[in-house]
Amino acid sequence: MKRTVLYDRHVALGARIVPFGGWDMPVQYAGVLAEHEAVRHRAGLFDVCHMGEVFISGPDSTAFINSIQTNNVAGMAAGQVLYSVMCDEKGNALDDLLVYRLGPQSWLLIVNAGNSDKDYAWMASHTDGSRVTVQNRSADFGLLALQGPKAVAIAAAVIAFPQELKYYHFALASFEGAEVLVSRTGYTGEDGVELMAPAGKTAALWDALMTAGKDDGIAPCGLAVRDLLRIEAGYSLYGHELDADIDPLTAGLRWVVKMDHEFIGKGALEGLIPARKKIAFTLEGKNIPRQGFSLLVDGVPAGTVTSGTFSPSLQKPIGIGYIAADKGVSPGGAIAVDIRGKQVSARVCKLPFINSGVFK
Amino acid sequence: MEYPDGLHYTKDHEWALEEEGVVTIGITDYAQSELGDVVFVELPEEGTVIKAGEPFGVVESVKSVSDLYCPVSGEVLEVNGDLEGEPELVNSSCYDAGWMVKIAVSNKKELGELLSADQYADYIKSLK
Repeated sequence: MKRTVLYDRHVALGARIVPFGGWDMPVQYAGVLAEHEAVRHRAGLFDVCHMGEVFISGPDSTAFINSIQTNNVAGMAAGQVLYSVMCDEKGNALDDLLVYRLGPQSWLLIVNAGNSDKDYAWMASHTDGSRVTVQNRSADFGLLALQGPKAVAIAAAVIAFPQELKYYHFALASFEGAEVLVSRTGYTGEDGVELMAPAGKTAALWDALMTAGKDDGIAPCGLAVRDLLRIEAGYSLYGHELDADIDPLTAGLRWVVKMDHEFIGKGALEGLIPARKKIAFTLEGKNIPRQGFSLLVDGVPAGTVTSGTFSPSLQKPIGIGYIAADKGVSPGGAIAVDIRGKQVSARVCKLPFINSGVFK
Repeated sequence: MEYPDGLHYTKDHEWALEEEGVVTIGITDYAQSELGDVVFVELPEEGTVIKAGEPFGVVESVKSVSDLYCPVSGEVLEVNGDLEGEPELVNSSCYDAGWMVKIAVSNKKELGELLSADQYADYIKSLK
């Protein structure tokens, strides 16, 4: 099991450590509800060093990146970030990722922790004579996510970055003589930044942010609240809404599938009419819908829960799942969740569950 | 972690307190800590007859769900209705306000098969 450069700090802060994607990661510190409250109202700091960083450069890099994922990066300017999906030949998702355009021929891809080795191997095996260099530099960098309404002000107190930095844009800034990439991205539905620093500077950056945010009530936050926040925000998580058996169209990610360029899996996605559709729902009972539970329409199994939790914002259980497209289920409709043999009524709703605090 | 003397404990992390043939049941400090923030407790109806070792309810926390296993056999006399509105009592007061059910024990000998506080504390150490 791998440990991030912040492991000792997590232990000192009293975090509960769990294995996640090959890493020993903090799942919670003070408690999920307290951490949720911090992020929604103040600021929370997350260790996301386990995420993978793959650098791609070279004269053919734009064409290469477009060939291996669904969104079209050709129009991106340096300083922009794009969400995308990498598919196999069947059009199923190998991973979802963020693409950063560092320069005309220079890119950074941030991929999921559990997929990073597999992703890197896939990319490296598809360079096919292209003039590109693909480097897995996950070990060289640490990544922190600072999220919440106070996050940007706290980050600005530690590191100078352009105040006009827009959502899904990044800037390079300096911290203790090291170059840090500050991006207006995140995974909580709140305003905030993600900061990528050299591995050797990441712990000092964590300490500086925790100190700067003390008066604003910053809280260290674990994986459990990260999952809760992203469900409330309606974001997909690999292994739940996306996996090697789910294509991005079925996953409701048509907006990142651009048919204006050639990419692996395009043939399978062209003309595909998904048999399932992604739905969101709230429960009328108090049981929590867990991944794998059946969804029922008129008492008949018609789908599966992919994510579920108790929403502190809504004060009720919420869930996301897939349901047979031909059942005609839409927001406002009634379904049920099979919770340990009991049919619990649920109401289909739109995503996100809560109004996003994301700055755009 | 606190494991008060005088209670009987199970390896499934329930506690049982016997008073004049009535056994009050809840979950231990270790259990509430492992579960994290409790958001729902599903309990049986009064009058339900349960056997020792069988599930009698469910505790849901934000991140996980756990079955509750009955330490003794008997009939459910009372359930803690406060947990419906304040499930967090299980976290804040697991041995007191966060109790779950009271059972009319049908076989007191079953209590003797449960762990003492010291035995339970040793058992928890063995899990780490």
